[in-house]
Amino acid sequence: MHGDPSVLRVSKVLGRFLVVILLTYLGLLAVTFFIGRVIPIDPVLAIVGDRAPEHVVIRVREELGLNKPLWEQFAIYVSKILHGDFGTSVLTSNPVMQDIRRTFPATFELATLGIVIGAGFGIPLGVWAAVRRGGIVDQIVRIMGLFGYSIPIFWLGLMALVVFYAHLGWVGGPGRIDVVYEYTLVPVTGLLLLDSARAGQWQAFGNALSHLILPAALLGYFSLAYISRMTRSFMLHELGQEYVVAARAKGLSESRIIWRHALRNAMVPLVTVIALSYGGLLEGSVLTETVFAWPGLGLYLTNSLQNADMNAVLGATIIVGSIFIGLNLLSDLLYTMLDPRTRAMSPAR
Amino acid sequence: MKRSLFPISRRWLGTAALALLTAALGGMTAQAATPKDTLVVAFAFDDIITMDPAEAFEISAGEIMGNIYDRLVRFDVSDPSRLYGDVAKAWSVSPDGKTFSFELKPDLKFASGNDLTAEDVVFSLQRAVLLDKTPAFILTQFGFSKANVKDKIKQTGPLTLTIETDKSFAPSFVLNCLTANVAAIVDKKLVLSKEQNGDLGYGWLKTNYAGSGPLKLREWRANEIVALERNDSYYGEKSKLARVIYRHVKEAATQRLLLEKSDIDIARNLTPQDLAAVSANKDIRTTSTPKGTVYYFSLNQKNPTLAKAEVREAFKWLVDYSAIGDTLIKNIGVVHQNFLPVGLLGASTENPYKLDVDKAKALLAKAGVPNGFKVTVDMRTVQPVQGITEAFQQTAKRAGIDVEILPGDGKQTLTKYRARTHDIYIGQWGADYWDPHTNADTFARNPDNADDAKSKPLAWRNSWVIPELTKKADAAVLERDAAKRKLMYEEMQADFRKNSPFVMLYQQIEVAAFRSDVEGLKLGPTSDTTYMFRVSKR
Repeated sequence: MHGDPSVLRVSKVLGRFLVVILLTYLGLLAVTFFIGRVIPIDPVLAIVGDRAPEHVVIRVREELGLNKPLWEQFAIYVSKILHGDFGTSVLTSNPVMQDIRRTFPATFELATLGIVIGAGFGIPLGVWAAVRRGGIVDQIVRIMGLFGYSIPIFWLGLMALVVFYAHLGWVGGPGRIDVVYEYTLVPVTGLLLLDSARAGQWQAFGNALSHLILPAALLGYFSLAYISRMTRSFMLHELGQEYVVAARAKGLSESRIIWRHALRNAMVPLVTVIALSYGGLLEGSVLTETVFAWPGLGLYLTNSLQNADMNAVLGATIIVGSIFIGLNLLSDLLYTMLDPRTRAMSPAR
Repeated sequence: MKRSLFPISRRWLGTAALALLTAALGGMTAQAATPKDTLVVAFAFDDIITMDPAEAFEISAGEIMGNIYDRLVRFDVSDPSRLYGDVAKAWSVSPDGKTFSFELKPDLKFASGNDLTAEDVVFSLQRAVLLDKTPAFILTQFGFSKANVKDKIKQTGPLTLTIETDKSFAPSFVLNCLTANVAAIVDKKLVLSKEQNGDLGYGWLKTNYAGSGPLKLREWRANEIVALERNDSYYGEKSKLARVIYRHVKEAATQRLLLEKSDIDIARNLTPQDLAAVSANKDIRTTSTPKGTVYYFSLNQKNPTLAKAEVREAFKWLVDYSAIGDTLIKNIGVVHQNFLPVGLLGASTENPYKLDVDKAKALLAKAGVPNGFKVTVDMRTVQPVQGITEAFQQTAKRAGIDVEILPGDGKQTLTKYRARTHDIYIGQWGADYWDPHTNADTFARNPDNADDAKSKPLAWRNSWVIPELTKKADAAVLERDAAKRKLMYEEMQADFRKNSPFVMLYQQIEVAAFRSDVEGLKLGPTSDTTYMFRVSKR
């Protein structure tokens, strides 16, 4: 029996796609797992500490299955994951997924506002710099980019706290929310802005926002530096194209040419740039989270890694991996929306 | 024409930038100052892995346990040699020194409302031995095992119990060990109601609470928050504060900012630089206490050069103790060259060593290495350890010793140290319980130096074979005359100072900085004796 050839083709593409994703996950897990096992840290130490008598150390090593061959440990782990069991973190005593449900919203809130700031300011600035090449905005964008690349975020974060929190008192300090609200706000999504808005607790909302704004602006600044530079170079490329000359000859207004034609074309590669920046922020910025005492995914992942808490590391890695895969898919999807040629399955681009 | 290029975006940029800076501000700005009935403490507590007193053995967890769980006896924070009854009303020791009898105070209650009786005390001690987690050795060193603990720790009446040890230990030693967290009393009825597959409630208690202390645990979110509340059914003086909230703030500079803005009441992990800076602020005060933690360099005796007696001694003359004391550990430590920290019975304060390169050179020549040698140090990349190691690298070079520093993360260097593959290691050791045996046991005892030894104390980790000193340490713990016992520890320390492969550096001083409206804050000598329930706010 022969099915409809187009259905066949779609299912073939879909099948190949699924295989690729599965292999990606397996590779991700394998690499993380084996790196985790070769780092010279004894995972038992994290659980029993330095003072445990030898028989306790040996017993815990057996309980963790660490005395089995590496490939067997890996096989056990993968089969558990397939059954939906990501294991328990030895550091927090919680199931790994519960920890991630707790830490990820903190990072998500920060990263989302960060990328909104980064893209919201970065794209217009980049466009402006490209249009007025060599002008004052171009210079500013260049300097901002340079700072963004060379100033350690750790230092800038502390300085921002000193200025905006300690001296001016414009924003809330480190942490996600004041202690006063800590137990009046019921976490539903874990996103404090959303939770407080849903409950109609506008004071808590304002407080959470005042805590969020500074680290988000900081992360936003760093992605702004990158996004504006990339926008500038994509725009310069587009503005040199023949269709721009043609449009000018047709007498279209300059702003229409820039925003409707050139930027629209520049958006195609820009979407990937933004998606990857967002992915990077969602991974959790360890340094920002440290300075701002922000209980996010980056801190969780780093702390787990330093203690060889492999269940937590692997669980968090899967999440980060999924984010990147998801964002890549999303940017591919946006590609086809933005670029009609990809819809026609043309090999261009 | 060109001016109209960015009519929208220019205006938009300006307003958006302003909005960004001011949107959340005004009425929404974080209100400084914490509530009057709530104490907010910034504390780096990423070491906490459990809230079960039978398992908790980390520094930060110790402090929480001390505030939320009661035990039979506690020691006086101002005079650690003095014990007082916590839930115990009275106790006595049998003439042979092996049986300890306790009588509890009447009408005690857990935070759950359940009665606290001898049954709970016996259950808690047995449970710690049966679970056999890391701190269980503090109890099992009295001869308890999973097989015999039900006979050795027995309830004799509603409010009475006996504990029978296998040897006649110094009574102070046994009682001191009962002040430790592992001997904390848990609510038998509550814990057993949460039991799964005979785990004695272990899975549940890791993140929950079943105690009777002056404060009770409301919530622990790892690396985020520990929230304690007043326990209104506590038998003694109730906590003046309704709530104590610990916030995990890893970065010292961040803690300082929070304290200066009075968004927290107490900062626990400031660096010497931060402490110097806040000392100028009249609204901030500091308090400090010598802790039971000592820092040292140790020389692995598996390295044949380091195993020479003269080389061991030479290293002790190659540390610039006074420079380190005046700069690197200013405010956070005092030079201390003995394995017993000040505050423990028999602790010596003799510090005979100072930087003397000539003396060290002469010793090296005598050892047959007049031109020095190459050696590595495994070092954690944290202060002040890093600064001390770098200073030592410089002074050792003056005697021709070429020190290579191998930096690493804490768990990484420790893994190597425990495998005995280091040359030199810079480490720290905190007393496990408030008795001199805790440090004698690790620095001056090495009953079996084999690779698969049952116990692996610090002496073992440096492969230091000491049958004589081990015998002395074993004898000291059985000495029931306190004055004689003290003398024995002093003798051991003299021997240790001269011959050991440990270059003892300093004793830690813990400092906390707090807002001036905080009253009654006193840091305890051990991690579990910093009592927040005695603190109040004006």
